[in-house]
Amino acid sequence: MSEDIFQGYKGDALETLKKYNTRVWGQAEVDTTRGRFFGTILPRSENDDDKHIVMKIPTGYNVGIDIRTITGMKETGYKKANYKIPEKQFPTTPGLPHVKLFGTGGTIASRLDYRTGAVIPAFSPGELYGAVPELADICNLDTEKLFAVFSENMGPKQYIGLAKAIGKEIEQGIDGIVVGHGTDTLHHTGAALTFMCQNLPVPVVLVGSQRSSDRPSSDAALNLMHAMKAAGQSDIAEVMVCMFGPTSDEYGLLHKGTRVRKMHSSYRSTFRTIGDTPLAMINRNTISPIHKTYNKRRNDRKVNILPYYSDEVTMLYYYPGMKPDTLDALTDAGYRGVIIVGTGLGHVNKELYPAIERAHAKGVHMFMTLQTIWGYVHMFVYDTGRDMMAKGIIPTGNMLPEVAFIKLSWVLGQTDDPAEVKRLMLTPVNDEITPREPYNGYLVYQGGVPEVEDFIRKVHK
Amino acid sequence: MDFSFDPKANYEATKQSAGYVNRREATQESYDRIGFMSGLEVHQQLLTKEKLFCHCPAGLYNKHSDFDAEIIRHMRPTLSELGEYDGTALMEFKTRKEIIYRIKNETACTYEVDDTPPFPIDREALGIAIEISLLSKLNIVGEVHITRKQYLDGSIPTGFQRTAIIGVEGEIPLKNKTIRLIQLSIEEDSCREISDIGHVRIYKTDRLGMPLIETVTYPDCVNPDEVMEACNYIRFLNRSTGKVRSGIGAGRQDVNVSCKGGTRVEIKGVAHTRWIPELTHVEAFRQWSLLLLRDELKKRFPSHKEWRISHNSLAGMDLGLTYGPLAKAIGENQAVMAVKLPGFKGALSHFTQPGNMFANEISDRLKVIACLEKPNMVHTESFDQEVSAESWQMIGKLLSAKKDDALIIIWGPQTDMKTALEVIEERCLMAFEGVPNETRKSFPDGTTIFERVLPGADRMYPDTDSAPIPLEDEYINSLKKNIPTEVVERYQQLKKWQVPEDTYTYIFSKNYFPLVERIVNELHIDPRFLGCFVGHRLKNLMGKQKKSQQFRVEKIYDLFAYLVKNQLDPSLAWPMLTELIAHPRMDFDSVLASIKFKRFSKEEILGKIPYLEEKFAPIRRKEGEHHKTNWMMGQLRMMATGNIALNYLANQIK
Ligand SMILES: [Zn+2]
Repeated sequence: MSEDIFQGYKGDALETLKKYNTRVWGQAEVDTTRGRFFGTILPRSENDDDKHIVMKIPTGYNVGIDIRTITGMKETGYKKANYKIPEKQFPTTPGLPHVKLFGTGGTIASRLDYRTGAVIPAFSPGELYGAVPELADICNLDTEKLFAVFSENMGPKQYIGLAKAIGKEIEQGIDGIVVGHGTDTLHHTGAALTFMCQNLPVPVVLVGSQRSSDRPSSDAALNLMHAMKAAGQSDIAEVMVCMFGPTSDEYGLLHKGTRVRKMHSSYRSTFRTIGDTPLAMINRNTISPIHKTYNKRRNDRKVNILPYYSDEVTMLYYYPGMKPDTLDALTDAGYRGVIIVGTGLGHVNKELYPAIERAHAKGVHMFMTLQTIWGYVHMFVYDTGRDMMAKGIIPTGNMLPEVAFIKLSWVLGQTDDPAEVKRLMLTPVNDEITPREPYNGYLVYQGGVPEVEDFIRKVHK
Repeated sequence: MDFSFDPKANYEATKQSAGYVNRREATQESYDRIGFMSGLEVHQQLLTKEKLFCHCPAGLYNKHSDFDAEIIRHMRPTLSELGEYDGTALMEFKTRKEIIYRIKNETACTYEVDDTPPFPIDREALGIAIEISLLSKLNIVGEVHITRKQYLDGSIPTGFQRTAIIGVEGEIPLKNKTIRLIQLSIEEDSCREISDIGHVRIYKTDRLGMPLIETVTYPDCVNPDEVMEACNYIRFLNRSTGKVRSGIGAGRQDVNVSCKGGTRVEIKGVAHTRWIPELTHVEAFRQWSLLLLRDELKKRFPSHKEWRISHNSLAGMDLGLTYGPLAKAIGENQAVMAVKLPGFKGALSHFTQPGNMFANEISDRLKVIACLEKPNMVHTESFDQEVSAESWQMIGKLLSAKKDDALIIIWGPQTDMKTALEVIEERCLMAFEGVPNETRKSFPDGTTIFERVLPGADRMYPDTDSAPIPLEDEYINSLKKNIPTEVVERYQQLKKWQVPEDTYTYIFSKNYFPLVERIVNELHIDPRFLGCFVGHRLKNLMGKQKKSQQFRVEKIYDLFAYLVKNQLDPSLAWPMLTELIAHPRMDFDSVLASIKFKRFSKEEILGKIPYLEEKFAPIRRKEGEHHKTNWMMGQLRMMATGNIALNYLANQIK
């Protein structure tokens, strides 16, 4: 087996390295029209151009050399770096709960990959213990890497795989389950697992990090501690997402898998419960329930795994002036379910009506959700709403669009009978539709308003 | 216990054996003897509109109490790309600090607090950094790679500073030698600290993210004055572009010092160049003294692997401890701990710096690492005898202390005691090795205290959030057109003009050379006169006048242009400047009126000479003949100033 000695280099840059007999990890003296450079040749990110060679200079910095300026190059030594997370035996402590961590490929603890510049997750209990030794005070840990995919690549196959793995662990007597996951589609997975793993006797906690653990200010370690604590010690036997409450390192929130949504592209406190309050607050010492009622931890192992999924469901995000051919195209492509994301109380324009009628006639199941994210679909308020219901569109209350999409996929994986589809969709498994919206379920404060400014000055955001 | 031991005498004796002399008395031989070596890291803020990696405005500052929100973070060490934890990182983690950032909406966005990834690097800043690199004769890189440099003290909310090399291997000329440069980097500035008490450190984020360059030299300086000269040169070079910030904190330097057999110690954040000589002098001797202490300890303990401290809690004991802070701690039920340092008699009072002994090194670390606020310890070799001999006797018994042992008492929160004991043992064990690798904070008197463990190259990571930025030849060549003449050439020009040397520092530090040059070239004002006008007169007035900030120095060009246009003598600028600085908005005609200037022809002035000669006759006897010219000049100066050249007048009187 020959090792790649020119990792990531291609084209002209690769030719230059070959010409001067210099390898990646070789120490080199490079003469250029801009002067002499000395350092270790590093692998190059595959997405970068073929006009530069990357070096680590003795002060630890990286610099790029333009190959068009190179007049000479000499390898004077060779020293390959070995990236390794120190692995320490994860201690077993009698009396602490047993938690299983499933890995899906998201970053919890990690190290850097030079070639892609990407972050490689640390995962084995030993690696995790090396990086976050506090975990050993919370639980006894066992880990299993189920997949290695980025969050955006999570899909039906992974949902089903996870659900089955969770079922198996529960049967074998685990005290709690943590799923490490990229954050982008964490809430989709939260919904999928809620529908697929019903009647849970133990907590299933989804966790990720908004700042990878290769940085000192990462939220990964604290999120992981919170998640392990929630899985091992809380009595909330539901599928939950556990992430930062405020952006400060203060406490985490436990969100119901069906009511949570990622609301900011980069904030640590990006996950919010929509239309309700979170289940609980959590810090390293205590779990403080916010919800009065929730499914309690049980000693039995009677979980109900329902690993169904249809990939013939799609979403249609309505915009003013949308033409009927968009929906026609989906119908013609063979989609059996469409989640419409409508405006206001749940509206689309009249121009779409023929397409809706056509889809309905062809047996496409259509459900209405909201672009406003907050609030209920109210299709009785205006005539247009009533028209649409008559044409076969079913309102889904305050179900979040992504949750409705996942649920319809799950439902159509089981049945195609319109009445049964409707019944399953509108019967909440776990609060994906709630009967009422509390006054504090919608709080989007506006910056600049004096009392809000006063509030954020005093309370850590 | 040995109560006949005299710590003061020991301190003086160890100071003497280190050969410590005042800097004024030190010669090159003094420095060669201890192998003085020093280099610099000179930081300079760039004059840009926006910050380096976000679009917040640069250069707006807030008061401590003026903030809109607070955010809390804790810093955790992460693995380096070599799979190791950095030493500093682990130390900072040990301190378990809660870091609070005070944010003002106007000066910080979500980038500063690490809730948004970086935006592309500010091009204005990059251009300036390249121009300065070219002036510093550095080899410009082909591609700029943003690197993360870890800082766990919380001074940057991400836990790392984004920084990138622009050039490597350059040089600057000093009077008698050339100093080599290692590199120049562009980086984001850090937060400003508001306070650091116990386990809470508070920062504000106004300065955070402002573009900064760092010029790093090789340790080529062999005496303290050379370090200052090199520092001045780099600062003047930066200023010569006119594209860097000035004012407090805009330029700061870290000074690296070592002595023969010592270690590179970094003195951080030296705000004034003039502090450098004393700081480097004191630090080199501190290291030399620590090496002597090492030799002494090694004599006592040929193998120190087994050396350990022992300790005993003093809680609930009546030991007659009346020293204020200690009594207070006892009253508040804090932990009080006696520590025995076997065989350390004489070590605690060993000289380290003027006014400091080895015991201070321990106390400084207790503050920083174990978060014990000062005063945080008393010991058997303190000059002030805070604890009586009887009390020490009792404590010595508790710990079975022998004649050659030393004792320390520390106090503070129970939870910090474990770390505190580790700190004491660790620092003592380091004394067997010599000089610890550390960064130190400076004081105006030239002494320094421990700040943190010196981080290694291990703390550098590629920034996965940024793409590399290629620097094409064409771009660099276009920047070459902007760069000013070299500082060294400007020096030579001033010399050729016979401008007095004592004006140079002011002219270069304020970057007034281009102004002087322009006035000389365009208005043909005598350069020597103009040099004094700027380097003495302007400096003097700007220092005194409260309103001087409103005065635009470029107005000096207009002033001379006005004088030339109106055929007034340039010397009139001297009295006019006082008025101009006091009233920056006043026009030149009004300035002339307010200094009571009147126009006289040459003939009118010279016509007064015979009259004055007559008038001087009766005075002559008393004052003597040679005072005639002076006296007459005095009588005519007001009238002549601005109308004719004074030296011409003097010649006419003779
Ligand atoms: Zn900003």
